Amino acid sequence: MAQATQLRTEEKAEQTERMMIVLSKGTMDMVYPALMIATTAATMGKEVHMFFTFWGLQAVNKKKVGSLKVAPVGNPGMPMPNILGMIPGMTAMATRMMNGKMKKQKMPSIPDMFKMAKDLGVKLHACSTTMEVMGTPKEALIDEIDDIIGAATFISLSEGGQIIFI
Amino acid sequence: MATVEQHKVIDSRGSFCPGPITDLFKAYRSSQLGDIIELLATDPAAKADVTAWAQKSGNELVDIIDEQDYTRIVVKITKKRS
Repeated sequence: MAQATQLRTEEKAEQTERMMIVLSKGTMDMVYPALMIATTAATMGKEVHMFFTFWGLQAVNKKKVGSLKVAPVGNPGMPMPNILGMIPGMTAMATRMMNGKMKKQKMPSIPDMFKMAKDLGVKLHACSTTMEVMGTPKEALIDEIDDIIGAATFISLSEGGQIIFI
Repeated sequence: MATVEQHKVIDSRGSFCPGPITDLFKAYRSSQLGDIIELLATDPAAKADVTAWAQKSGNELVDIIDEQDYTRIVVKITKKRS
């Protein structure tokens, strides 16, 4: 009897935990943390799903994934007065600065992070409504995308898991 | 059949989270039970991160050695995920 109970607890411990990350933003400073958490969680044995919705869909757009930007407007954490962010060229400048810093710290690029995530078994889901609203065809998405799903599928996938909304 | 346990040294110096953990994980994937993986890291978060990883994945944290400008973190592979 005692043995049976022990077996059951061990089985429970073996069960894979699930982590769901909803990415609703398409700027570099949002996409990096989402990918860092996703890849790390995957190495720790979690089943990880990423759901790309609204601006998050830009992160998995073939044409945009390699050139995501940092917006200085509405981002008081940037080392400049917020209002200056409205001057033309400021977004490009902030993005260049950020890219330079990332490279210096040997951070992989966002496309490389997606490849790594995929290699670690992270599942990537695109939001069907967003694709419809933004007029993004399936072909425009990066090859790493597993499927196109709706909110109901996402919710049923997330049952019993942790959800992180970015 | 006896297999020889390997001792691998992974150099993640200069790379930051999630670099050291993903480097360690790649080595873990190609390792056998009983293998020793030694991770060299300069990321100050690596000690705590590898400790958490080892605990979560059921592997053994053997030693953390602070060298002058980096850390050596030694992990023994005691559990392989199928």
